[in-house]
Amino acid sequence: MERTNTLSIQQSRDSEFIREVEEESGQSVSKCYQCGNCMASCVYTFAYDYPVTQIMRLIQLGQRDSVLKSDAIWLCANCQACTTRCPNNIDVAQVMETLRIMSRKEHTVSQPDIQAFYDEFLRSVKTFGRVFETGLLPVYNFRAKKPFTDLDLAPRLLKKGKLTFFPAMVKKRQKIAEIFEVVKRDRFSKDGKTRPEAHSAKTDS
Amino acid sequence: MRIGVFVCNCGTNIAGTVDTKKVAAEALGFADVVYATNYMYTCSEPGQQEIQRAIAEQGLQGVVVAACSPRMHEPTFRRAVEKAGLNRYMFEMANIREHVSWIGNDREANTSKAIDLVRMAVAKLRFNAPLFSSKMPVNKRLLVIGGGVAGIQAALDCADGGMDVVMVERQQYIGGKMAKLDKTFPTIDCSSCILGPKMVDVAQKENITLYAASEIESISGYIGNFTVEIRKKTTFVNWEACTGCGACMEKCPSKKAADYFNEGLGAARAINIPFPQAIPKKAMIDAAYCRQLNGKKCGVCAKICPVKAIDFEMKDEIVTEKVGAIIVATGYDLFDHAVYGEYGGGRYPDVISGLQYERILSASGPFGGHIRRPSDGKEPKEIVFISCVGSRDASVGRPYCSGICCMYIAKQAILTRDHLPESNSYVFYMDIRSPGKNYDEFVRRAQEEYGVQYIRGRVGKIYRRGERMVVQGADTLLGVQVEVEADLVVLATGVESSLGAGELAEKLRISYDQYGFYMESHPKLRPVETNTAGVYLAGACQGPKDIPSSVAQGSAAASKVQSLFAHDTIETNPQVALVNERNCIACGKCIQVCPFGAIQWKELRGGIKKAEVLASVCQGCGVCNATCPPKAIQLQHATDNQILAEVNELCA
Amino acid sequence: MKRVAYYKGCSLEGLAAEYDRSTRLVCEAFGIELVEIPDWNCCGSTPAHSYDPLLSAALAGRNLAIAADQGCEMVMSPCPGCLKSLKGAQETCEDPKLRKPFVDLVGRDVDGMKTVSLLQLLYEEVGPEALQKAVRRPLTGHTLIPYYGCLLTRPAQKAKFDDPENPVSLDRLLEATGAAVPDFPYKTECCGATYGVTRNDFVGRLSGRILDMAERLGGEAIVVACPLCQQNLDMRQDQINKYRSSAFHLPVPYISQVLGLALGMSPKMLGLDKLCVSPDILLEDRTQDREAQGSAG
Repeated sequence: MERTNTLSIQQSRDSEFIREVEEESGQSVSKCYQCGNCMASCVYTFAYDYPVTQIMRLIQLGQRDSVLKSDAIWLCANCQACTTRCPNNIDVAQVMETLRIMSRKEHTVSQPDIQAFYDEFLRSVKTFGRVFETGLLPVYNFRAKKPFTDLDLAPRLLKKGKLTFFPAMVKKRQKIAEIFEVVKRDRFSKDGKTRPEAHSAKTDS
Repeated sequence: MRIGVFVCNCGTNIAGTVDTKKVAAEALGFADVVYATNYMYTCSEPGQQEIQRAIAEQGLQGVVVAACSPRMHEPTFRRAVEKAGLNRYMFEMANIREHVSWIGNDREANTSKAIDLVRMAVAKLRFNAPLFSSKMPVNKRLLVIGGGVAGIQAALDCADGGMDVVMVERQQYIGGKMAKLDKTFPTIDCSSCILGPKMVDVAQKENITLYAASEIESISGYIGNFTVEIRKKTTFVNWEACTGCGACMEKCPSKKAADYFNEGLGAARAINIPFPQAIPKKAMIDAAYCRQLNGKKCGVCAKICPVKAIDFEMKDEIVTEKVGAIIVATGYDLFDHAVYGEYGGGRYPDVISGLQYERILSASGPFGGHIRRPSDGKEPKEIVFISCVGSRDASVGRPYCSGICCMYIAKQAILTRDHLPESNSYVFYMDIRSPGKNYDEFVRRAQEEYGVQYIRGRVGKIYRRGERMVVQGADTLLGVQVEVEADLVVLATGVESSLGAGELAEKLRISYDQYGFYMESHPKLRPVETNTAGVYLAGACQGPKDIPSSVAQGSAAASKVQSLFAHDTIETNPQVALVNERNCIACGKCIQVCPFGAIQWKELRGGIKKAEVLASVCQGCGVCNATCPPKAIQLQHATDNQILAEVNELCA
Repeated sequence: MKRVAYYKGCSLEGLAAEYDRSTRLVCEAFGIELVEIPDWNCCGSTPAHSYDPLLSAALAGRNLAIAADQGCEMVMSPCPGCLKSLKGAQETCEDPKLRKPFVDLVGRDVDGMKTVSLLQLLYEEVGPEALQKAVRRPLTGHTLIPYYGCLLTRPAQKAKFDDPENPVSLDRLLEATGAAVPDFPYKTECCGATYGVTRNDFVGRLSGRILDMAERLGGEAIVVACPLCQQNLDMRQDQINKYRSSAFHLPVPYISQVLGLALGMSPKMLGLDKLCVSPDILLEDRTQDREAQGSAG
């Protein structure tokens, strides 16, 4: 998203946001003193709108919108370099993960194609119980309107016999689908901590 | 007994959450209490006069003050009651501030607890008896542990005042970390030029006895009368004879001994005098590297020594010294950056510590004062400094600021530019901490006049690419990742407590914090005292410090010693254990448990044995009192009767 | 014989089939019995845990639960991504607030299970010494680059294996085959992860610099222990070359393939022909050269 260059702190500060992030991630963001080590260690900094250090700073200032609409949180690959090196023992990667989940819940995902890929991936898991690599790509290409993605790889993979044309399927697919259903039903309950009791797996037996 | 109770409001400190009027009113109902009142500031001059007036008018025989911690004002009130004619031990204090008003907001509960504490104090006071101290002579000799700049300053100040000083230094030489430094901030004066004369003074003062290559074995006694055992470690060289000519060093065939003085950058000989200005200038053999001592045929040094000082049979020796006061000035050590895997974990030769760079800059260093990098001896062109390595980093257990690194980096960057005008220096920093006199100006000069590039951000990783080190960091002001290709990387390694600080503290019976730094008696008002009388602190052993602060503390500790030594005698503390011989069954348990060796056997007529307390050695801990089966030994001012009276009131 | 539950994960059934094959062969050679978890399902990977931690935990946890039902105490996954999900499931099960929904979803707790990577299994259960003794075809004279990827040892508190910044287990195992193993500074730097599909330029940039550094250090092959890293570095090497206008030609075999080779197994059995960049260079016997060099020097 566009960077904010002016900020009326009292007007834009959302203290509930700080609390939510800290509670959901289990990390105390106030420990961050903006040393920049996460930014220095992150190999994706080149692609971010806000470097990680500034994401942490924006959380401290309660800037819900800037954070949840940022590209950075969706371009993070969760590689753990930031977490490994944080001098204040903050699990920064966990904070980024929490922000992704929050941005999904609040429908502010800035990268529709990444979301499309993830959705397709999960659809594959829900349908077959496993990921069907060969089947996943064309659907993603169609949905992301990038029809030629990885087409160059096909001939060689065909020759190596690496492309499978039938998905491997889990026998108890119903069980997998149920996990999806239960989680989906519960995740939008306002407080994630007080999930309604999940159904037990009776349908499975 | 006629008892008066004085409840202090301490402004709103106590009265804010305690109904002091009610406490006083309740106190009037306690046994023996004939007078009770509350007062705005009891410790003030009029407050004390109020107590003295009441003693005279009411004929009080004992006084209870309910106020703050006795650590602050017990001496004040004891003096006040003494002036009014009471024995100073006919006084009790109830702490209703730190133990009540400051820790809870419930006024009713606080008031009730304050009343309980006053009732306990009154109950105890009813069993108090006048106690009298005796006078002990003060041994006016000082022990200084540690021969760095703080210890040297303290020793010289006291020696100048005519006192005998014993200095014990663990290393073979005095001068400490400062002796390894090239120049000092913010004046860029040469470290050895300003420290050298002081080191020479230590060697030449007749009233300073120096034990180098020595450590404290044990300490016993108390203020005015300590007995110290010192372990003189074997040097394999008779220092009485050694002239420091250095012939042995030249001929020693073991040329790859660890070079501690140069922080491992060079190689020393197995027999060594670490640097030309060393005090004492005496040779010492490193047993780990000596051929002769490792069963090989050698003995070259013994053959070459013109005064036959080499002695391969030498053993450690214990000497005993008696002193009246101790100044601890054991300094600090540098954080070992090997735990920073992202900076190479110590495996890159061109990623060095701040002190290693100091040795590289020094003319007496491994490269004769020419800046070269350790890996290949080449002159570096791009030099990166990284601050806060082992400081302000909770992930490595060092959350505190080392206080000196910002300044020493600025100094090293300036000196680098002086040595190598074509070079470029970069400093990665989080904050610049330069609050000393002329300090910030110095850091500005590094940037404005010497062109040092300051980059605000930490470094995430250092790795090798070809012949250079890649420093991958952040410029948080720009919000970008930055990369610098460096020939040499200097880590501003932080300050940590000296190796073995904890064990020495146990011997001295002083406290230390979680990082091993010694605790001062009060962070503001008693900065060089410890809670053990007669033991003082100077320099970085108390916390990270630069040279000016260490020197100031050295002098401060010396002045404390001088004011102690201005007296010929000191009053003993009468709050010690006392044996009631009639009840003593001579089981000897008290002798076994006493941690200070303060109890001994005494033989009465007819050969009957009884325990006897040496009042001057007893520290009043009470272990004997708790142990004694027939309760014959009683700690004065904390007798069983007094403690039980308090407990009974509490349980009533 | 050590009995270990085997969770291979989706990649090893598709693009990384040779990793599966060679893993089974090497484990068998060292007397480790791999029991494939029956009817296993996908762990959900990144898409699941960025959707909801409980989804990820339950998907991965179901596999742990089946393994536990089979009486296995140790689960090995050759895929660090899957392993991360399995460890996430264990953590969820131990979380007092999430334990109940987790147990309700997967049918049981998964307490006391040990989850390891193939690398950890080989390093701890076999070790460099035993490996060295078993080598039949030494890789002496070859220079191999050890690449761990980002997740194998990080974050340290969760991985509980080797060093997060400078791991050495793979180095030690490769050295045991006789190969030269340089100090590789990008051991744990991210290769571009799942962005091969959605942000191909990321892989060009990140995997590109890994290939570049490997080449600078004289590496003949980059040895990996992650199917995703392998895909990025090998399958996408041409894409990377196009992105960087470079001409890298570095084979990227799996650790199991390299060890299998050193143990004397046939390249065909190990699926070396399935790699995009041919690893034939590793088949050159240089033990004689080395000795010749040694006697000359």
